[in-house]
Amino acid sequence: MQADAVAAALAQAHRSEWAFVLSATVRVAGDLDLAEECAQEAYVSALQAWTRDGVPERPGAWLTTAARNQALDRLRREVTLRRKLPLLVEPATVDPHDPADPDGPDAAVPDDRLRLVFTCCHPTLAPEARVALTLRLVCGVPTPDVARAFLVSEPTMAARITRAKKKITEARIPYRVPGRAELPERLDSVLTAVHLLFSTGHTAGEGDALVREELCDRALHLARTLAALLPEQAETRGLLGLLLLTDARRATRTDEQGRLLLLADQDRTRWDQRAILEGLTVTAGALASGPPGRFTLQAAIAGVHAMAPSLEQTDWPRVVHLYDRLLAVWNTPVVALNRAAAVAFADGPAAALPLLDELATDPRLADYPYLPATRADLLRRLGDAAGAAQSYRRAMELTANAAERAFLEQRLAEVSRAAGAEPAPG
Amino acid sequence: MAKYAILIYDDPAGYANMSPEAWGAVIDAHSSFVKGVFELGGSMDSGAALAATTSATSIRGGNTVTDGPFVETKEALGGFYVVEARDLDHAVEIAKLCPAPFGGVEVRPVVDPTQANPF
Repeated sequence: MQADAVAAALAQAHRSEWAFVLSATVRVAGDLDLAEECAQEAYVSALQAWTRDGVPERPGAWLTTAARNQALDRLRREVTLRRKLPLLVEPATVDPHDPADPDGPDAAVPDDRLRLVFTCCHPTLAPEARVALTLRLVCGVPTPDVARAFLVSEPTMAARITRAKKKITEARIPYRVPGRAELPERLDSVLTAVHLLFSTGHTAGEGDALVREELCDRALHLARTLAALLPEQAETRGLLGLLLLTDARRATRTDEQGRLLLLADQDRTRWDQRAILEGLTVTAGALASGPPGRFTLQAAIAGVHAMAPSLEQTDWPRVVHLYDRLLAVWNTPVVALNRAAAVAFADGPAAALPLLDELATDPRLADYPYLPATRADLLRRLGDAAGAAQSYRRAMELTANAAERAFLEQRLAEVSRAAGAEPAPG
Repeated sequence: MAKYAILIYDDPAGYANMSPEAWGAVIDAHSSFVKGVFELGGSMDSGAALAATTSATSIRGGNTVTDGPFVETKEALGGFYVVEARDLDHAVEIAKLCPAPFGGVEVRPVVDPTQANPF
């Protein structure tokens, strides 16, 4: 067997089967750390066995069997230890069935991978830990890469992951998919984590570009899994639609120099039409199945943009209408700001200015660079070059993203020229 | 089943000027909480209300004795329950019923001291 063929098969099995192997092993091991070690050992032993015997027909099943055997072996040894030291080790008691839940914990969704996702995204864990754990345990991303993705040091990320795993064990966070009654709250936490995972890859500040593209792919894969496993929950399809429609523009978000391109300046012919078609279909399905939630509504907005031949020919009244509905289910100042930007296209920049004035009093937006950036754009379009320049400077002070800063700098130079003034130094 | 402590952190000022009727309602809320624990399939291990933080004395390093609570905050530990629950989800479900009108509650697993090193 060719060494690189085996390596490729292993890499593929890692991408597509890791969560499956790990979650099946957790069932036997009853402990995340032990299961993770056994899954890792299964991949290591696969390299040797597959080189010798060839790649098995079902690599996932092979790996799962190997990992579970490894776990059973370890537990058997531990049982011996327990007999010798009966007072030191408390037997792990796992309730296979939840007597308080008439649906049964497994009734809603009988899938081990989902169990793992719901455990990683449990609402009692810190939100940043949820995303990190999902990457580490569900996607099998090594801790140094997780650290790089979140722009923190490796020891910081390792500590964060260890702490979350410890809480799962010590506080006894159950390894289960929530029953139907709890699903809305828990599912929202899961969808938010997957969305955050995607956003982290999509709006990069700095860091390794390769890892970042990978984050988008992982998030898309998870969204697909969730939509396939929980299709009756419309928001799973809403999230998948949103990610597909947003990701369809991936190639056009920056120019050759890596500079940020706004929606207005993107080459729409290079948008991924296959992803758009799939995104629109999935979103339409979510919209048709009842009152839409925040992910479905955001997907619908992304869909209007995806269908528009140009920025000017966008159905802006429809965008504003969708933002109104989004605000009704998810009232945040950022959504209100985006709505104001849509109003500026539907009814003209002058109509949107009072909305921004109102938002400027919200302390939550005090350091939000997109507020002055939006104001700058409106003033620019209204011909108030001096006012626009002032707002561009404020936005530049607040942004931490190099590509965005470069964009703002360029706009500032343009309006400064228009105002007959020198561009501001720095 | 595992033991969880439900720690009640409240602003004591809220109780200070309470009418007798309102106080009666608080007592009733605690009685129905205890009933609720069993209705949810958990059980009550123990619990206690603590006197006001104005009566607290703290000791640091084994000999520095000072008047007042260990940590000065608006919300103070006012009482606790220890319940038995299946897992954290179950404990949180129970704790959501616990009255804490001027603050909130914190759920912490109770460590088994017979374990070799629970920390």
